[in-house]
Amino acid sequence: MRRLFVKSQRRPKMSATLKPYLSAVRASLTAAMCLENFESQVVERHNKPEVEVKSSKELLLTPVTVSRNEKERILIESSINSIRVSIAIKQADEIEKILCKKFMRFMMQRAEHFFILRRKPIEGYDISFLITNFHTEQMYKHKLVDFVIQFMEEIDKEISEMKISLNARARIVAEEFLKNF
Amino acid sequence: MPEVHQLIPGPITCHCWNGDRSRFAISPNNTEVHIYTKKGSKWEVQHVLSEHGQKVTGMDWAPKSDRLVTCGADRNAYVWTFAGEEWKPSLVILRINRAATTVRWSPLENKFAVGSGARLISICYFEKENDWWVSKHIKKPLRSTVLGIDWHPNNYLLAAGSCDFKARVFSGYVKEIEEKPEATCWGKKMTFGACMAEFSNGGGGWVHSVSFSPSGNKLAWVGHDSSVSVANQAADGQVSTVMHSYLPYLSCLFLTENSLVAAGYDCCPVLWMHDDAGSLTYINKLDTAEKKQKEFVSAMDKFKGLDNRANAGGRDVELDSTHQNAISEILLHTGSRENVSKFATVGVDGQLVIWDCKSLESSIAGLRFK
Repeated sequence: MRRLFVKSQRRPKMSATLKPYLSAVRASLTAAMCLENFESQVVERHNKPEVEVKSSKELLLTPVTVSRNEKERILIESSINSIRVSIAIKQADEIEKILCKKFMRFMMQRAEHFFILRRKPIEGYDISFLITNFHTEQMYKHKLVDFVIQFMEEIDKEISEMKISLNARARIVAEEFLKNF
Repeated sequence: MPEVHQLIPGPITCHCWNGDRSRFAISPNNTEVHIYTKKGSKWEVQHVLSEHGQKVTGMDWAPKSDRLVTCGADRNAYVWTFAGEEWKPSLVILRINRAATTVRWSPLENKFAVGSGARLISICYFEKENDWWVSKHIKKPLRSTVLGIDWHPNNYLLAAGSCDFKARVFSGYVKEIEEKPEATCWGKKMTFGACMAEFSNGGGGWVHSVSFSPSGNKLAWVGHDSSVSVANQAADGQVSTVMHSYLPYLSCLFLTENSLVAAGYDCCPVLWMHDDAGSLTYINKLDTAEKKQKEFVSAMDKFKGLDNRANAGGRDVELDSTHQNAISEILLHTGSRENVSKFATVGVDGQLVIWDCKSLESSIAGLRFK
């Protein structure tokens, strides 16, 4: 219990170093999210996110990676009518790895409710968003950026909270089990 | 203050005005074209034109002959004429196999140009014998989708900006219907489709919009690499480029021979000045909308917010500018090409805003359109 307490006290300090990372991500996303309607110039009567189909090289921009350390990073790939934002989430140990995997799987299975969530992450990342010009037309662009930033802020918190409750639960289970001996 | 009309909740893809500015047409980001007319002080939908099978991407209204041309992602263009009570479409044989992106009447209204995703521009003119609109193609050296076009005031030259990062000037001289053109500073020989000039700003940004100056000697274009460029052909094609620190512009328009207004993802029009020495300078934002006050958040609102949006603050979704989303198009509203007194913008937020140059000059200290 004591160890956990020490850890939770350290948290505000962590978010202080998180701030420049998030502000860099926010600036990059705002610049990248300048999207317009674009009909495919390869397939007749189609309108596809160019960042996914990659049919014409001139319609893609150079991908940008913003990283806080080698584990936590974000990849922004942009094109004329869509951007793809992929996030790698901090996973310090095995438990966090499993938790992260399960949690992302849970969300991606419900991708249609999240609108901008991609059903599969890009290789090397844990979760991907696909934002097209149709999303920026329907929703406020600055709120979309806010959403991604907030997601990044919350996800670490969520996973550490899950880890704490998992540990607590494991302790109770172990105690109950060992009572028998 | 600019005149603001909130027409529809969704995006406006394109718009155009008739000759006496008593009507305008917009496309509400779908297959329809809505024609508005003024009833009292309000604009109301008078006609809905639904002939396109896919999204309407461009339109233009010929002021003198009162004809409307629309083009769409269904690879078609229609010329609409108002016959008594309703609008009659006539199909244009564009001969393209990808979406049309933009359309513009020539100044004399005897032909129009259609840019398309088929990496070509169709110049369309009316053929009396067959009673239909036929087209000729400008193909080379376009290597990607054409995003913006503009006619030179002499009715022969055509500028085009495309996704291959270049702005070009072509000859759109159709010998079947017009006299031989006189030489301009862009060149003497104007056979159809000849590329008179090709400009690049050295970077790699899709050219969203091009605009000729009133004299036709200068060509401005805006790129997705947040650049504004002006080429002055009267000074041997000297190109001035500025990479600015704002979000990219989507549209640009010369208000006078030297002043250029551009607008785009930053949601407000910006004035640029280009002088004969070739320097291009940022003058000012033209949006004088006041900063939206952070409203007082009552305890009730706070809990409501927490409940609905998981956010304790008020509704801080509004931007400080007049347009609430990207501006997609700037068009001349009142005045001649040499001396614009009003211009209109439409945006993804469904607003049509009319900006008065006179009142802008008086409301922003030190601002002059010259």
